[in-house]
Amino acid sequence: MEKQLLAVEGLTVEYWARRGRVRAVDSVSFTLDRAETLGVVGESGSGKSTLGLSLIRLIPPPGRIIGGHLWLEGTDLLKLREEEMRNVRGRKIAFVFQDPMTSLNPVKKIGEHFVELIRTHEPKTGREEALRRAEKLLNDVGIQSERINDYPHQLSGGMRQRVMIALSIALNPSIVIADEPTTALDVIVQAKILDLLKNVQNVYAMALILITHDLSIALERCNKILVMYAGQMVEYASVENIYNKPQHPYTRGLLKSIPNIELAEQKLEAIPGSPPDLLNPPRGCRFWPRCPSSIGKCREREPQPVETEPGHFVRCFLHEVAGNESN
Amino acid sequence: MSDAFYMRWREMNRTEIVRVENLKKYFPVEKSFLEKLLTRTRGFIRAVDDITFSVLRGEVFTLAGESGCGKTTTGKIILGLVPPTSGRVFFRDREITNLKPEELRLLRRRMQIIFQDPYASFNPRMKIGDAIGHPLEIHGLASGLEKRKKVLSMLERVGLTPPEQFIELYPHQLSGGQRQRAAIARSLILNPEFIVADEPVSMIDVSLRTTIIDLMLDLKRELQLTYLFITHDLAVAKYISDRVAIMYLGKIVEMGEKEEIFSNPLHPYTQALLSAIPVPNPDRKRRIIELKGEVPSAIRIPMGCRFHPRCPFAEEACQKEEPELTVVSASHLVACHLAKGSEHA
Repeated sequence: MEKQLLAVEGLTVEYWARRGRVRAVDSVSFTLDRAETLGVVGESGSGKSTLGLSLIRLIPPPGRIIGGHLWLEGTDLLKLREEEMRNVRGRKIAFVFQDPMTSLNPVKKIGEHFVELIRTHEPKTGREEALRRAEKLLNDVGIQSERINDYPHQLSGGMRQRVMIALSIALNPSIVIADEPTTALDVIVQAKILDLLKNVQNVYAMALILITHDLSIALERCNKILVMYAGQMVEYASVENIYNKPQHPYTRGLLKSIPNIELAEQKLEAIPGSPPDLLNPPRGCRFWPRCPSSIGKCREREPQPVETEPGHFVRCFLHEVAGNESN
Repeated sequence: MSDAFYMRWREMNRTEIVRVENLKKYFPVEKSFLEKLLTRTRGFIRAVDDITFSVLRGEVFTLAGESGCGKTTTGKIILGLVPPTSGRVFFRDREITNLKPEELRLLRRRMQIIFQDPYASFNPRMKIGDAIGHPLEIHGLASGLEKRKKVLSMLERVGLTPPEQFIELYPHQLSGGQRQRAAIARSLILNPEFIVADEPVSMIDVSLRTTIIDLMLDLKRELQLTYLFITHDLAVAKYISDRVAIMYLGKIVEMGEKEEIFSNPLHPYTQALLSAIPVPNPDRKRRIIELKGEVPSAIRIPMGCRFHPRCPFAEEACQKEEPELTVVSASHLVACHLAKGSEHA
């Protein structure tokens, strides 16, 4: 209990669209220990961002969390009232969004963002003190403290993302969720921001959930990886296991399809087909139409996650024999 | 075409298809009323600042660099979509820099473009079949049944099968990957020789990216195409290119055969860029070369070597004199004062 910070059990989110219900996150479970980094990897539409938002209960309507538990240090966040939840956001779990331009208020100076955040959560803190804290936080993320008087448009994309990171750590949360924090940035800036996240994570002893479409980044920066496909967790294991013994055909396909700059010659393999329409997912396993090793029952029934070795979960019939049939 | 035949064909045709000489593109900066009163000098964004290179027939030549380095503007100038400030562009030894609209239209049959965003590059009210066949009508090359036949065979060629079904669909009914296939079909319908592909896979999901790149490479061989490939993604550049030019702030800083650029990068910027690319291997702990600061504005380009304020190795000469792109080996050019001296092993 000491070590485990967050335990997600069977989290399920649905969007109620006009044409039907979409199960964007389907019974996802994982745990996060203190100071650990979890990578959530998936393609667009795989449900990875919805998963991230649902952890702080910020699913925009018509989306709804329809099942599961979110245990944060023994409290089920899904049972909290909205006012109680507000104390969790920012303070316990903070969020860094992909696009720093749309998450900063363009008519507010950088310093005011900190003042608002800090004073909302700590009404007793004075304005001056909040600004002093902002200066210290900006310094921590490599921005000169004079910048508190700038407006967001006066900063570059990389600096804005640094400000977002400074804001996310302002209330000293135990978990930071970063949703594609570097997708809008160039590689050199991306490397710097990822280094900064790692650094901040060490200094502030936080756990990090890094949501990304880029498996390379997850392999390089995380301890554990959760692979999402069509709303479901298809594989969840330590980064070493994902890399050295991937078990789900989708994970294997992804690993074969990403170019590695360090290899002299590389033959990339593609995964045939495209991800399913979630309004009308295929019967059986959601991956079978693209799967090179699908068998008869993949089209009939949906596989359930099995633990093939301690901490390595995979949702695939091919591995049911190897592991124990899960409940 | 068999592999051996293709290789021979490529060797025999190592001729230039496109040549760019001293190309510049300066965009004027709009000033506010007050600035107009107070300042006399006019500001310019030097998007492309004197670049020279050739694309050889049958190759994939890649312009790579970060956003704002001028790679897309260069592609647009070559196709005549943006007029250059100065400099010349040649297509098969004929200057095409200032063509009349009619001549330009004829040229477009031979040079085409694939855009980055397959969602924005199709008219949402036009069926895929009509969009792909449209160039044939504009150029008066085919209409009616003949056009339909050509469109069907092109759809089949890019893997949108059954073509009879795709011809009737609207863009929103296609996935991102399918739309990019359709964009490729549209760019090839006039049977061009030269294609500018501007970030064609950067908006496509990873699992589909390889299929699009492989399709482009297959088509290149079958239809004897030449690509100018524009990308910010060096891992993709490494996979697809024959030769690569690295751009920084409107200039080519390094250019050469792919193997040379990736295994023996000489410019400190190229080295930093390569070191920053994530490597899909948890056991590999790479060393990222730290660069100071960020890319400066293209309005105020630093004196001397434009990279010197960020360069970890900058010396005095770098602040004063702009290095020229010079040959270091048969297939490798670099614009750096330091790389020139050290590289004579």
